[in-house]
Amino acid sequence: MASVGKIARRTFLFGAVAIAGGVAFGVYQVRKTPPNPLKPGEGETALNPFVMVDDQGVVIVAPRAEMGQGTRTTLAALVAEELDVAWEDIRVIHGPPAKAYYNSAMFGEALPNKGYDISDFQHAVGETLGQVGKLFDLQVTGGSTAMKDGFERMRIAGATARELLKAAAVNQLGVDAATLRTEAGMVIAPDGTTLPYTALASATTELSPPTIVLRPATEWKYLGKSMPRVDMVEKVTGTAEFCVDVRLPGMKFASVRRNPHLGGEMRRINGDAALNMPGVERVVELPDGFAVVANNTWLAIQALDAVEVEWGPSPLPATMDEMHAMVEAAFDAEPNSAMRDDGDVTTIPDSATVIEAEYTVPNLSHATMEPMGATALVDSDGLHIWTASQGPTFVRARCAELANLDPSQVDVETPYLGGGFGRRGELDFSEIATRVALAMPGTPVQVTWSREEDMTHDFYRPLVKARYRGAVEDGQAVMLDARIAGPSAARQALVRWMGLPSSGPDKVHVEGAFNQPYGIPNQRVTGHLAELDVPIGFWRSVGNSANAFFHESFLDEMARAADRDPLDFRIELAEREHAPSAGVLKAVKEMSGWTGETPQGVGRGVAMTYSFGTPVAQVIEITDEDGYIRLRKAWMACDIGVVLDPSIIEAQMFGGMIYGLSAAINEEITFTDGAVDQLNFPDYEPLRMHNTPAFEVKILKTNRHMGGAGEPGTPPAAPALANAVFDLTGERARELPLNKRFDFV
Amino acid sequence: MSKNLKINGKDHTIDLPDEVPLLWALRDELSLTGTKFGCGVAACGACTVHIDGEAVRSCQIQIADVWGDVTTIEGLGTPAALHTIQKAWIDHQVAQCGYCQSGQIMQAAALLRENPTPSDTDIDDAMMGNLCRCGTYPRIRAAIKTAAAALNEEV
Ligand code: FES
Ligand code: FES
Repeated sequence: MASVGKIARRTFLFGAVAIAGGVAFGVYQVRKTPPNPLKPGEGETALNPFVMVDDQGVVIVAPRAEMGQGTRTTLAALVAEELDVAWEDIRVIHGPPAKAYYNSAMFGEALPNKGYDISDFQHAVGETLGQVGKLFDLQVTGGSTAMKDGFERMRIAGATARELLKAAAVNQLGVDAATLRTEAGMVIAPDGTTLPYTALASATTELSPPTIVLRPATEWKYLGKSMPRVDMVEKVTGTAEFCVDVRLPGMKFASVRRNPHLGGEMRRINGDAALNMPGVERVVELPDGFAVVANNTWLAIQALDAVEVEWGPSPLPATMDEMHAMVEAAFDAEPNSAMRDDGDVTTIPDSATVIEAEYTVPNLSHATMEPMGATALVDSDGLHIWTASQGPTFVRARCAELANLDPSQVDVETPYLGGGFGRRGELDFSEIATRVALAMPGTPVQVTWSREEDMTHDFYRPLVKARYRGAVEDGQAVMLDARIAGPSAARQALVRWMGLPSSGPDKVHVEGAFNQPYGIPNQRVTGHLAELDVPIGFWRSVGNSANAFFHESFLDEMARAADRDPLDFRIELAEREHAPSAGVLKAVKEMSGWTGETPQGVGRGVAMTYSFGTPVAQVIEITDEDGYIRLRKAWMACDIGVVLDPSIIEAQMFGGMIYGLSAAINEEITFTDGAVDQLNFPDYEPLRMHNTPAFEVKILKTNRHMGGAGEPGTPPAAPALANAVFDLTGERARELPLNKRFDFV
Repeated sequence: MSKNLKINGKDHTIDLPDEVPLLWALRDELSLTGTKFGCGVAACGACTVHIDGEAVRSCQIQIADVWGDVTTIEGLGTPAALHTIQKAWIDHQVAQCGYCQSGQIMQAAALLRENPTPSDTDIDDAMMGNLCRCGTYPRIRAAIKTAAAALNEEV
């Protein structure tokens, strides 16, 4: 099978322009393309950057990393839908870092609009702006964008390949193209002659790009159906290759330790004692720590303790109290953004009831199931790195710089990711493996972080606070004024990934609050950025995860103050702004048989968040079990517009909610003298089988634009649960995690 | 320093210090990488294998202490010859990132061997040591029930 090792690193653009009425009719003229980034091996032909044919059939090249979200399967289905390949014959590989695989949807997401309210024109502007992605080599898996980005591109790739194969068959058979059809990897002539793609592919290389027409949804065979995931058999037999599973001849195993006091230096190191330990071969110094290289990962981890080292202090504030004070101080400074400012929030009618609340959410770690790590080899060709990255083009650029190589001398392979959740967009684990490999040229080295190293050296979800003020009158919400304070994850990440300092309003900091589709006439959301240098990053659903807790908890408080049912209160407000958002609320109302009343010992809460283009509503039911709270059942509804694979979307929805509930109940990262206090799962306890609720998920498709699936399940989880806790106990939880005040089963 | 182990029906001689955990002998010495490292402290279950049919955390068992025949996910079934439990996992499309699934499946296999008709509480009790950060629990539960039914039909 074709491997990425055989793929050239030349960048190139693959595009198609809509013609003859454009997108609406699905007719495209494929641009004449320069040579492809895929450099086929013996007996292989690359028809475009996404489709290769070898002697066994079609290989689909997925431009996005598979981290559990099912992207490989649906990207393959998009191609196969047009290319007519039998499902069981599909093989998928991850593409190399290349401009051809830029993420066009990512920049569209950065537009300063609310998302749900955009016109078709703005949507088109977003798509055009998406082209900027290719200038930056933005090959990123994230922002729940893979399907928005791939929906047209992958189908065009499939259709283009099909038409080229048909054109080759025309040349061979001398028949009219219109009489040919394609099925299960073959071109079929009217007389029943079959020509397998494998026999035609090599004849396509000289042909001109065709004009293609995309098939309408009514003709889809794969899309819209739950397809067996292409990675499932490997993943249930232990044969799926994750980054830590790469095995190379002569490979050594390493582990890493960096200054636990984040940002502190390494003053002195003596590795002599470690070098005397069994199996240990090298101690490699890093800028803020060291790696031990051995013939076994466990021996390397043990030897970390034997290295004598003196750590410098962290520049971070010494206590959590100081960190909280720094976030609070940001409320007093000029706001960074006021991305929503409707009506007038300063004038409140005398007869209105005014309520106020302050909320806090903690730092969180991603805690992917596979700890960080990477495998690297420096040899005469350059650098080879196997790394579970959400951003291979950034990895290539950064590691080339570290190794003093041209990016063309850096090979990046992307095995399966053992969870990503935003953590694997970072470059640190790839950099460390590169540094260790540079110290041992000719020897492949696998660096596996211990769980402790992973948890204490993350880029955390920021500590964020919000102050809300609202007014209700005659059962109606008349005013909402939200102020959100915390450090900017987006600014930090842009500097880390691209070296780009940014200014201007930070949309990510207020997303999930400013852009919620509730028609409250007087409404303002302002963002205040705190100067707190804790390493922070993108945690599944990013700003939405914190802001949804604030916004949806406060909406609940407003509903109670207005003496209204919290679900009906939301439906009414959403109906004024965005029908799909009202729709998901109505769906969970019906699914859960919501009456607004719960028996003694039972509590129910609701929340809805519009994020990544998808509104998601959740109702959660909890019970009191001898003073302990049990999560009994969750109902979820999402409206994703175009449903490409219901089973994968369902899994993302409940998986996203479980991720959010885990954090809401038990997870918190704290710092003492700049060092993380939580080391391993016993200190940072996700939900498990026995305390996860049962689920029902409904997927609606009234949304006009395709929404994301990987993240929108997460944001409403925490507020839905906190609102249920209020319903059960009468106590309002304004701080997470909930286990600080409540006991859970 | 060298130890003989029977793993997936094959004899292996392992030349590592006695205290090296079975997990790391499997992964780094024998390249049986289906068994995963998640925590190293018996808190996640990613490293679950069987010793004489019993589910154990291989990160906690030194190679010197291995008391019987070891079965890993590679020995349970293969893509060409899937075990009934693996088939049930495919039917329910359980895996997301997949990293925890070897451990989940080995744990479930031990449960079903001891208890062919587990209740929801039995499933909770047996599976609560196995973390899944992707949150596949609802489908794991469903797959265990399907596998139980299928295994009972086989006997
Ligand atoms: S690695 Fe053994 S239980 Fe987590
Ligand atoms: S499937 Fe990802 S951790 Fe379980």
